[in-house]
Amino acid sequence: MQRHRTRAAILSTLFMGLGQIYNRQFIKGIIFLAVEAFSVYYFIGNLGRAIWGITSLGDAASHFEKVKGISKLIPGDHSIYILIQSLITLLVLIVFLIAWSMNIRDAYKTGVELEAGLQSNTFKQTVRYILDYKFAQSFLILPSIGILFFTVMPIIFMIMLAFTNYAAPNHLPPAKLVDWVGFETFRNLLVLKTWSHTFYGVLTWTIIWAVLSTVTTYFGGLLVALLISQRGIRFKGMWRVILIVPYAVPQLISLLLMRNLFNGQFGPINQYLGYFGMGGLPWLTDPFWAKVTVIVVNMWVGIPVSMLLIMGVLTTIPRDMYEAAEVDGATAYQKFRIVTLPMILFSTAPTLIMQFAGNINNFNAIFLLTGGNPVNGNYQYAGSTDLLVTWLYKLTLDQNKNNMASAIGIIIFLIVASFSLYNYRRTKSFKEEDMIQ
Amino acid sequence: MSGRKIGNFVRLTASYIVLIALSIAALYPAVWILMASFRPGKSLYSKTLIPEQFTLAHYTELFTSPVYMFGTWYANTFKIAISSMLIGVVLTLLTSYAVSRFRFKARKTALSIVLILGMFPGFMSMIAIYLLLKEFHLLDTHMALILVYAAGAPLMGTFIAKGYLDTIPRSLDEAARIDGASNFGIFMKIILPLSRPMITYMALTQFVGPWVDFIFAKLILRTKENWTVAVGMWDMVNTMQNSNFTLFAAGAVMISIPIMILFAFLQRLLVDGLTAGASKG
Repeated sequence: MQRHRTRAAILSTLFMGLGQIYNRQFIKGIIFLAVEAFSVYYFIGNLGRAIWGITSLGDAASHFEKVKGISKLIPGDHSIYILIQSLITLLVLIVFLIAWSMNIRDAYKTGVELEAGLQSNTFKQTVRYILDYKFAQSFLILPSIGILFFTVMPIIFMIMLAFTNYAAPNHLPPAKLVDWVGFETFRNLLVLKTWSHTFYGVLTWTIIWAVLSTVTTYFGGLLVALLISQRGIRFKGMWRVILIVPYAVPQLISLLLMRNLFNGQFGPINQYLGYFGMGGLPWLTDPFWAKVTVIVVNMWVGIPVSMLLIMGVLTTIPRDMYEAAEVDGATAYQKFRIVTLPMILFSTAPTLIMQFAGNINNFNAIFLLTGGNPVNGNYQYAGSTDLLVTWLYKLTLDQNKNNMASAIGIIIFLIVASFSLYNYRRTKSFKEEDMIQ
Repeated sequence: MSGRKIGNFVRLTASYIVLIALSIAALYPAVWILMASFRPGKSLYSKTLIPEQFTLAHYTELFTSPVYMFGTWYANTFKIAISSMLIGVVLTLLTSYAVSRFRFKARKTALSIVLILGMFPGFMSMIAIYLLLKEFHLLDTHMALILVYAAGAPLMGTFIAKGYLDTIPRSLDEAARIDGASNFGIFMKIILPLSRPMITYMALTQFVGPWVDFIFAKLILRTKENWTVAVGMWDMVNTMQNSNFTLFAAGAVMISIPIMILFAFLQRLLVDGLTAGASKG
């Protein structure tokens, strides 16, 4: 009696849908048949080339050839296009293999049911079954495909680039081919003097920036929130609305604007300093002052968010904790230190870590304000305020050092991801998410 | 007793002074750019904050000048932001409903993966997306931007949305199920109406993202007629080097208006959204 299920499974393995037809599920079978026919047609055209492409990255660059005495440009292999085409084909193959194994499983399971003397589901019943029991999975198909092609594929692609020599001037397609070089790029970045000096310099500033910008905005927000929520302060709503204004101005605008305000020559800030008889400061042109400026401007942009966050938490602190503290004779400062601060820190710790991780990647704040400048002569294509991300941007879009940029991207990602994953795994919402219900 | 009163008075006065100073700092740049947009002339320099004369010339110039196709950019941005918002919200809702309400194999892994993917530096993948779009002949089209923004939306929004959906009691679903509602029915009749605040919040953030994004838009949109306002403004600042600052100011005000309007409506919600994210931990 085992034979039916095995036969169905084998038929489905041979060609998708055959098992389903054998199980007398005709509509489903025909849909599967069509999927397989289409896929086979696609893979015959592409798979061989994909495997060749991803191993060799092309073997003939475009070059000139004499045809009847006249030099003619013969277009060759474009390594990067080949790489991405191969990658797409392989991803489609993975999707197909998943579908294929599901089809075998399905044929087998229906076979089991038939042997048990049950009727196989009609097409209508199948649809109902999916809607009732496989709802989540079918709901997720569409978003997953989007994420697969617009997020996962690009990430794999960039990781691969870090292991090639895809960089100007010697390995830029279509004139030149690109090769696999293994860990050489990473070695250059971390050990080779010309690169490592810049890398460690930029990394240090990135971390200083992330710490300072997180701390300043967080405690700035805390201060403002405490000020507003003090007993006896009137027009609380008004203060809050005024102080959120910077948050409502799009960052693109506020940062480009600040760039003008802090302009060393004709910016208003220096004008005002002039009124008070002080000389202007080289806000954006001196390495040190540029760093100060980005942190100050970032406070302007970031404090409102922390303020909102902390005001929300303040309202959740139970009043009786303060009353108990008062009974014990605590001063205002003691109440703050023993009740308020721990409560706020406790409930905002995850957000704090996320803000820190976000600041490591805070592209806008630097790029729109200083563009990474002022230029630093000792650095490879980086300025004094460049973060790892903005350096990466310059390396790709201005310098075409794509492999180096990808390696840096991987390093940034490892730093950020480890923080956030650690953070997420410790939160209650991950560990005890079913507790709420 | 009076000593305490004096102490209180000093504390409050000092607080008010600090609050006023902070408010000036918060409002000043915004007011300054608004004023600059009404100021005659072109220069960044001004003697006074409030212009001696008000003019709307910069706004008319924005929309009539053949050099700046601000009207076109504005329309483009609206189109892109609204379409990607609609698709993005639907995709995010699908994902968050599935992960909030159903338990299936590999669910936690999937959640962790979504979290990690969301952390990848965006433009690290830009070159790949650029090549991908080139493969499909989508470069320099709005379709490309819409696709990419919408496809990225679940990565950003799923966690917040899931956190919200988790708080909707599951007994509601079960009651509906007993009454014979299908999963889809439950989604449409119970989940969607109950998550209106969250959907609004999500829609706002997913509208604002494309509205102000310029890095990706700059990479994809090559011809000037196809630009979005963000790319246009960026170009204005970069090519003109402050030579026409008042025009920039007018453009900045025009970009901020839709966001300010949304913000004014959703202020309350935004606060709730942020704090919900915080107390989740």
